[in-house]
Amino acid sequence: MTALVSRRNLLIGGSGLLLAGCDRITASPTVQGVMAIGEKATRSTGRWLGAGGDALAPEFSRADLSPVFRVNGSVHPAGADYAAHVAAGFADWRLVVDGLVATPLAMSLAQLLAAPQRTQITRHDCVEGWSAIGEWTGVPLGLLLRHAGLSSRARYVVFHCADTLMGKPYYESIDVAEALHPQTILAHQLNRTPLSIGHGAPLRLRVERQLGYKQAKYVMRVQAVDSLAGFYGGKGGFWEDNHDYQWYAGI
Amino acid sequence: MTKTPLIYRTRLPIRLWHWTNALALFIMLMSGMMIFNAHPRLYWGAFGANPDQAWLEIGNHGPHGFLTLAGVTIPTTGVLGYATGSDTAFPPLVTIPTHYSLATAREWHFAFAWVLAIGWFLFGIYAIISKHLWRDLMLRREEARLASLWHDIKEHARLRLPRGEAARHYNPLQKLAYLGVLGAGIPLMILTGLAMSPLMDAAWPWLLVLFHGRQSARSLHFICASGLALFIVVHLAMVVLAGPINELRSMITGWYRLPPEHPAAEDAA
Repeated sequence: MTALVSRRNLLIGGSGLLLAGCDRITASPTVQGVMAIGEKATRSTGRWLGAGGDALAPEFSRADLSPVFRVNGSVHPAGADYAAHVAAGFADWRLVVDGLVATPLAMSLAQLLAAPQRTQITRHDCVEGWSAIGEWTGVPLGLLLRHAGLSSRARYVVFHCADTLMGKPYYESIDVAEALHPQTILAHQLNRTPLSIGHGAPLRLRVERQLGYKQAKYVMRVQAVDSLAGFYGGKGGFWEDNHDYQWYAGI
Repeated sequence: MTKTPLIYRTRLPIRLWHWTNALALFIMLMSGMMIFNAHPRLYWGAFGANPDQAWLEIGNHGPHGFLTLAGVTIPTTGVLGYATGSDTAFPPLVTIPTHYSLATAREWHFAFAWVLAIGWFLFGIYAIISKHLWRDLMLRREEARLASLWHDIKEHARLRLPRGEAARHYNPLQKLAYLGVLGAGIPLMILTGLAMSPLMDAAWPWLLVLFHGRQSARSLHFICASGLALFIVVHLAMVVLAGPINELRSMITGWYRLPPEHPAAEDAA
């Protein structure tokens, strides 16, 4: 029998202890509290720099388009309801706009196509780090909300989606200022063709000054609310509830 | 044999900034490597995703890690792409947190970005007002000559560091390294970091003009971070070569013992 503790085992054991120590730090509630202060400071500074107002996300030309716009996240919602909508070409599909509005709406795809449109060539930034540039066409969300008579009590807008991810329903939310921003649209076209199922047919959110996980696909219902507390995990979105992503995704 | 004198070399604000900045840099590098792990590919231009051409990629084929740089693939099993049973680009030993969590890494990165940026800003003001910048960091006219720099490079390559009175001041390469971190490295990190934020691109569109697009900014952020990591390695090596106890004392208490003119004297000291 030679040495009981080999150098290799010592290294592995030692780094294991070190790693466990680091993980204890990252999991501590005090440390997470300090991190939350950092996040708040980042968000407030962003607002203060003027982007909380109407500063526009950069727009590009057709020469800048990504040759292939990558599909990720949900790529095909499960369930009979969505399958039936696909089979019918979304003829019976309705977008519901309700919550803190004077007149709830239920709009068909044809009605949405007949409404005033906005087209913008923008960059989609995934939280993971990649970017893709695409040309989006859709209806400004502010237009729909004003048409429905958005209440002054509304603080957030919640987007309910047809897809589930890892067994949980996908949803997202943004604040009213972001919802009324001119580049915030409910898009039905990417690169001048109707949205593919992979990209969120028939309708997806584009909120251009935030990261990809905010760009909810398969939007079925837009609900104006005064608090996010009552929805699912209460943090305002699928990734926020289940994977601790920040609700404000401007960075 | 008499001891060489202790001199008060490093003033308190410099020592304070050095240690806060060291902590912030380590946390930024380690959480940054975890963020990189979420998408270990780099591109030039405005866009870049899996279908596009990456100039750098770290990945794995099963238990075989690799790094591809400008089309050349190097096996890196055990270090990058695949190590210690983990298939992330950077191994758990060097990332914050150790196991894959983009959300936690981002929280740490953005919290300590404030420490890095505010520290840099305050120290920059101090360095200007206290004349630390002109007196200690900027190269003197005679030091900036090519012949003099070349001489200093040769001395460093032979691991011959200034001794005696010459050690009272930073040497030219040392000055250039510190100026590089303070004047280029950290500000570039901050600006390329901001350029990756969709919010900041709306608020300050010139960031994208400056760096030729978000994915170029991301690549430059990575290159610049690698430069800072290299600086830390060389910096620590120089501390060890120059006498770690004396160097650490001067960065903790401010007091530094001038190395004697002849190395032999050190044994007796």
